[in-house]
Amino acid sequence: MNKLISIEEAVSQIKDGDVLMIGGFLSVGGPLNLIDALVAKGTKNLTLICNDSGFVDSGVGKLVVSKQFSKIIASHIGTNKETGRQMLEGETEVILTPQGTLAEQIRCTCYGLGGFLTRTGIGTKVQEGKDVIEIDCIKYLLEKPLKADFALIFAQKADKYGNLVYHGSAQNFNSVMAGAATTTIVEVLEYSEEALNPDIAETPGVFVNYIVKGTR
Amino acid sequence: MDKQFVQEYIAQRVAQELHDGDVVNLGIGLPTLVANYVPHEKAVMFQSENGFVGLGPTPSEENIDPYITNAGGKPVTIKQGGIFFDSATSFGIIRGGHVDLTVLGALQVDEKGNIANYMIPGKMVPGMGGAMDLISGARKVIVAMEHTAKGSLKILKECNLPLTAANEVNLIVTEMAVIEVTEKGLVLKEINPEFSVEEVQAATEPTLIIADDLKNIEV
Repeated sequence: MNKLISIEEAVSQIKDGDVLMIGGFLSVGGPLNLIDALVAKGTKNLTLICNDSGFVDSGVGKLVVSKQFSKIIASHIGTNKETGRQMLEGETEVILTPQGTLAEQIRCTCYGLGGFLTRTGIGTKVQEGKDVIEIDCIKYLLEKPLKADFALIFAQKADKYGNLVYHGSAQNFNSVMAGAATTTIVEVLEYSEEALNPDIAETPGVFVNYIVKGTR
Repeated sequence: MDKQFVQEYIAQRVAQELHDGDVVNLGIGLPTLVANYVPHEKAVMFQSENGFVGLGPTPSEENIDPYITNAGGKPVTIKQGGIFFDSATSFGIIRGGHVDLTVLGALQVDEKGNIANYMIPGKMVPGMGGAMDLISGARKVIVAMEHTAKGSLKILKECNLPLTAANEVNLIVTEMAVIEVTEKGLVLKEINPEFSVEEVQAATEPTLIIADDLKNIEV
């Protein structure tokens, strides 16, 4: 099958009310062209699952400013004042989650796991409403998987099979989100009809449904 | 002491806690300064929770790679022997006890080793980022901060802000003192000779246990 599609074809699949995982860490390694196209399309009432809510003028933060999320699940929102404002005024529901827990909740979905146990958050507000399970005298929180309709991720390069390689610290949440949503769309800077070296490819193409070509 | 001097003083003292071969994660702000004071003979690997070990110094303008940044999103470099990975691996390293030491700032810390550093309800809600995982996962947790917030106490009997983690802090380093968190309470181990024990106690809510071998901080 041909996985390479246009950015317009990619965002046309996303409907009002969908749950989106978006890769990147403070916009570094975010699928910036897909985000811009989604801002232009104006899809509303979305749920965001992302490490952070970016900045008002870059990355996923632009979607916050254009008020396209009704719910945000993130580890940090401090770099985008608009997220904090929407949270405090009750316009957007914000769930703050420890970064490692967020990564693992996403990974669980991709890996077919029903949840995991972590010491992170024990004795804090994060514990509220969650089951505490004691194993060998150590208390753990039971954290459940996070699911999404779409994972919008970024990689340096894809081959036509959807196998991916990353560069630098841009990998972050991208490879974790690949395969954790019903549909995974990757934005890449380089696309190759030729297969990547299978020894160095980092994300298997089986996790990737569509590829779009991005520019910077 | 002016603010910059205070921060550099604290960073220099914290740097003495780093050992050859340690994997270390430094929080944003004051803790980042610690990297400037690690002697070259100590091979310390800095971990960056956005996905690598081997964090190096800020590059010159022409050597900036927009895809190599620290956990604050600022351009950095990667040292020889370093490696990039994804966020799941990064937090596997953190939760799994593979980080020897983490250094963080705090809004409050108490005599039970509880720490609050991620939110002030109704006011400041930036989120915990990786701090909860780091504090509960790292083998040793050092709080590096100014002793008081313009005079209001930060080292308390019990934190009243939402906790980042419970019973995890091992050492508190300030411009006045080095304080160890023990089961018996807070032990004053070292003191800045510019202050008296009484002055340190007055700036600290719980009663300090004075170490038998109380030393001066040397930086």
